[in-house]
Amino acid sequence: MQWVADVGAVTERSVAYVGGLAVIFGNALRLLVVSPLKRTRMLNRAIHEATAAGVGAVPIVSLIAFFVGVIIALQGAYELQRIGAMQLVASLVAISITRELGPLITAIVVIGRSGSAFAAEIGTMRVTEELDALKTMALDPVAFLVVPKFLAMAVMLPCLTIWSDLMGVVGGGLFGVIGGGFTVGGYLIATRDALLLRDITSGVIKSVVFGLVITAVGCQEGFATGAGAEEVGRSTTSAVVISILLVILIDLVFTALFYLARGGG
Amino acid sequence: MTAPAAGEPIISATDLRLRYGDREVLHGLTFDVLRGETMVVIGGSGSGKSTMLRTLVGLEKPSSGEVRIKGIDITKASEREMDDIRKHIGLAFQGGALIGSMSVGENIALPLLEHTALEPNTIEVMVRIKLEQVGLSGFEHYSPSQLSGGMKKRAAFARATSMDPEILFFDEPSAGLDPITAAGIDDLILSLKKAYGLTMVVVTHELASAYLIADRIILLDRGNIVAIGPADEVKNSQHPRVRQFLDRVADTTQDDEVDHLRMFTEGIR
Repeated sequence: MQWVADVGAVTERSVAYVGGLAVIFGNALRLLVVSPLKRTRMLNRAIHEATAAGVGAVPIVSLIAFFVGVIIALQGAYELQRIGAMQLVASLVAISITRELGPLITAIVVIGRSGSAFAAEIGTMRVTEELDALKTMALDPVAFLVVPKFLAMAVMLPCLTIWSDLMGVVGGGLFGVIGGGFTVGGYLIATRDALLLRDITSGVIKSVVFGLVITAVGCQEGFATGAGAEEVGRSTTSAVVISILLVILIDLVFTALFYLARGGG
Repeated sequence: MTAPAAGEPIISATDLRLRYGDREVLHGLTFDVLRGETMVVIGGSGSGKSTMLRTLVGLEKPSSGEVRIKGIDITKASEREMDDIRKHIGLAFQGGALIGSMSVGENIALPLLEHTALEPNTIEVMVRIKLEQVGLSGFEHYSPSQLSGGMKKRAAFARATSMDPEILFFDEPSAGLDPITAAGIDDLILSLKKAYGLTMVVVTHELASAYLIADRIILLDRGNIVAIGPADEVKNSQHPRVRQFLDRVADTTQDDEVDHLRMFTEGIR
């Protein structure tokens, strides 16, 4: 019955890991309020992080969301054409992008760009004793490094998500206009009619949580880095893998909750 | 800052023990560092000297015993108290540990920007003064990765002194440097000592440099203090372990023949 013990051990480790994420988030939240560090400098660092993680991601998020919009439209049209419901392409794209794919694609791009960078940055700083140097200068590494990252990500991920929703709709619209017989105005009206505010807000709420989780995992993996350059690589890899897993898990939970909240409809 | 009254202990460690898992690295160290003196801690690789330094500045938590800095037991101090103490000490790390994402000047300015209300212009002037002191004038816009090993160490000294600390700690200031650069570092430590009269704790395995800069020397061996006293006294000590270290004699004899044999046969039936 070794497997029972193995399952138990894995479960215990997973729970401890998620507990660790909660601790780092709680610490950051506490330090945001009580840290003796200057708030203006903290905010400046947050803006710096937001520029790197948010503004820097705009081109790649735009491109990917646009392509996914085209792909959804193509795939949808393939099926909808047979039942003569091409006019539904616009709403199919709008709903699947805003509710699901916009937030998810944005999160995955940001994991690749920023979650990995957080782990590598903090991990390298650990290996080169820079974290110790911060501590001896009375600069708490969590207050100094992690709080600005949380602030930046909690703001930038929803912004990027809204932007990628827009780009996805534009992508779907391109197919709609060229291959689906829509006019530009007609496609936009169909999109507007298909969407409820709730579709967009549910995606945006999810994205805030994704941003916090990506930051917590990236930073936790960074702090957990052992000695040596090889370890930095390992932390970066696990930051990416664990973030993707957690983001999809949370997405599942959220989607289920939103579904149930609507009374199963 | 209070005027340095020479002679009273500014750091005092009592029965300091530290264990990693079930391996004890520091076996109950007791010593004082007096205000204004330069205490040099020498010892071989693995003697626990860097660990001791890390414990003195609060980076490692001792498993028992206490460390008092300016009368406050840092093993029991709150984060806030610890931060207050840290603003009065400076630590120059072995590899420099300059923040890689900032320029040399920003590194030195960092504690001043975060902990003081000084004007940016004033801080800029101070950064230049600190850099001039360590012979790095004009390097403030360089990134740490553009500096050589010796320059990184000197920039780290400048950062460690930027808050005008009362106690300066150096971790292996001359390790990995050529003799000329290492001598330059010794001169720098001596000049810092003369200029500020601050208390310094220097961890090193370079004997020549230890004799040159030390007021007192601690010789650490496998986590125990085997000698402590004025530099000349330690230099002339007749303790076998002290002589072995100072005369650079390799470990050849095993302590115990039976233990030695047991090492090979242990756990084998």
